[in-house]
Amino acid sequence: MFDFAVVTQWVDTLLRSFLPDQAALLVEFLLVGLCLLTAYALIALALIYGERKICAWFQCRLGPNRVGPYGLIQPVADMFKMLIKELIDMNHSDKFLFRVAPFIVIISSVLAFGCIPFAKGLEILDFNVGIFFLLAVSSIGIVGILLAGWSSNNKFSLIGAMRSGAQMISYELSIGLTILTMVVLSGSMQLSTIVESQANGWFIFTGHIPAFIAFVIYLIAGTAETNRGPFDLPEADSELTAGYHTEYSGIQFGFFYLAEYLNMFVVAAVAATLFWGGWMPLHIPGFDNFNMIMDYIPSLFWFFGKVALMIFIIMWFKWTFPRLRIDQLLRLEWKYLLPINLINLMLMVIIVVFGLHF
Amino acid sequence: MNSIKEYFVSFYKGLKSLLIGMKVTLRIFFRKKTTECYPENRETLVIADRFRGTLTMPHDAEDNHKCIACGLCEIACPNGTIHVESVTEVNEETGKKKKVLTRYMYDHGSCMFCQMCVRACPHDAICFDNSFEHAVFTRAKLVKQLNKK
Repeated sequence: MFDFAVVTQWVDTLLRSFLPDQAALLVEFLLVGLCLLTAYALIALALIYGERKICAWFQCRLGPNRVGPYGLIQPVADMFKMLIKELIDMNHSDKFLFRVAPFIVIISSVLAFGCIPFAKGLEILDFNVGIFFLLAVSSIGIVGILLAGWSSNNKFSLIGAMRSGAQMISYELSIGLTILTMVVLSGSMQLSTIVESQANGWFIFTGHIPAFIAFVIYLIAGTAETNRGPFDLPEADSELTAGYHTEYSGIQFGFFYLAEYLNMFVVAAVAATLFWGGWMPLHIPGFDNFNMIMDYIPSLFWFFGKVALMIFIIMWFKWTFPRLRIDQLLRLEWKYLLPINLINLMLMVIIVVFGLHF
Repeated sequence: MNSIKEYFVSFYKGLKSLLIGMKVTLRIFFRKKTTECYPENRETLVIADRFRGTLTMPHDAEDNHKCIACGLCEIACPNGTIHVESVTEVNEETGKKKKVLTRYMYDHGSCMFCQMCVRACPHDAICFDNSFEHAVFTRAKLVKQLNKK
C-alpha cells in the first residue's frame, strides 16, 4: 500500500536541503495549513452538493442540475454569492463578540479536522491522546455558538444558542462514553495506533456486540452534536428562523455553515476511524490473497468511501425523522442513551478482560 | 414494575418505528424522480388535456365559429378579460335582426383561467387548450383576437 509518509519525507528533505531548519519548519507549517484549509473548503463544497442531491433524491426530486454538468458548479456559485455579500452589523449587538463567534466555531472545527488520519502516513496532528484532543477541541465550538446567540441581541438567536448548549453538553457525554468504549478495546488513544490495530479486522467486527451498540449510539449522538436533523432544534428553520446564526450575513454566516458541514465530516470520519478501520483496507485473517487484493485499493479511497457512507447515513437520518422537542431530546439522552452506554462500556470491559473479542 | 416494563417496551417500539421510517425513505430514494427537466424535454412533454392554458375559439374548415355574440362570457368573466364586439344585421328576406360577431378580444394577461366563460357559453363556442408557453416582451401582445373573420 502506498505510504504518504514518502511524499512528506521527500518534501521535508527537499526543504531542508536549501533552507535552515527553522525556516524549513516554518514553510512546512504554512504548506500543511494551506493544504488543510484547501481540503476543508473543498470537502465543504462537496458536502453541500452531496447534501442537496441526497435530500432531493429522498424527496423524489433531482436537486441542482442547471449550473454546470449535473449542477456540480452550484455550490461554487453559492460560495461566491456568499463571499461578495455585505457584512451587516446589528444595532445594539455586542460587536466584538459578534465578530469573534464565527471564528471560534470555525477554529474548533479546523482543529478537529486536523486530527483525522486521512490515509497511510497522512496525519497532521498525531500524538498519544489524539482522540481525547479531538473531543476537546470539537467541544470549543459550543462557546462560539453560545456567543453568537448572546451577542446577536435577538431572542430567537439566544433561544437557539441555549438549546444548542443544552444539547451539545448532553450528547458530548454519549460521544465521550462511546469513544471510551472503543478506547478500551483498542487500548490506545492515539489515532494512528487505533487504525493500525485494526489491520486484522475492523473494530466493528472484532468488538462485535458492544462495538456495534457503541457505533449506533455514536452515530445518534454525533448527529445531535452537529446540530443536524432530527436534532436540529438549535436552528429549527420553522421555529427560530435559523437559531444562533440568524443575524449573520456574508462570510460570517458562511463560517457557521462551513463549520456545520465539516463537523458532520469530522463526526463521520471519527466513526469510520474508530469502528470501520479508518483508512485500513478490509482484512480477513486467513484470507491472504483477498487481503492482498484489498491492499491494492489506495488507503485514501478506503477512508473517503467509509466516510461517505457514514455521511450518507447521517443524511438519511435527517431526511427521514421529524424534529424532536427539547424535552424529548434530553430524555433520549439521559434516560436511554446514557444507561445503555454505561452498560455497554461495562460489557466491553468484561469482553476485553476475558479476551472474548476476536 | 409497570414503569420498568413500559420503559423497555417504549424503547423497542420507538426503535422499530424508526427503522420502518428509514426503510420507507430508502425505498423512495431509489424511486424514479418526478422532476421534469422542462426545456430539454419539450418534445416529449405531456400536458394534461384539461389543463387550462389559453382560451381558444375552435373554427371549422371554412373558418366558421359557433359564437353568436350573446356576450354571456363577457358578463361571466370576473376580470373583464373578454370583450365581445358585434354589429346587428337585418336579414333582408325575413326582416329579422341578428347579432353578428365582429371582434372577440381576449386579454390573456388578465385571465385567471377560472373557466367561467367556457361554462357560460350556450353554444360551446370557446374552450381552453393546453398550450402554456406565453412569454412575450410587451403586455399588448397578450391581447388576442380569437375569431378569424
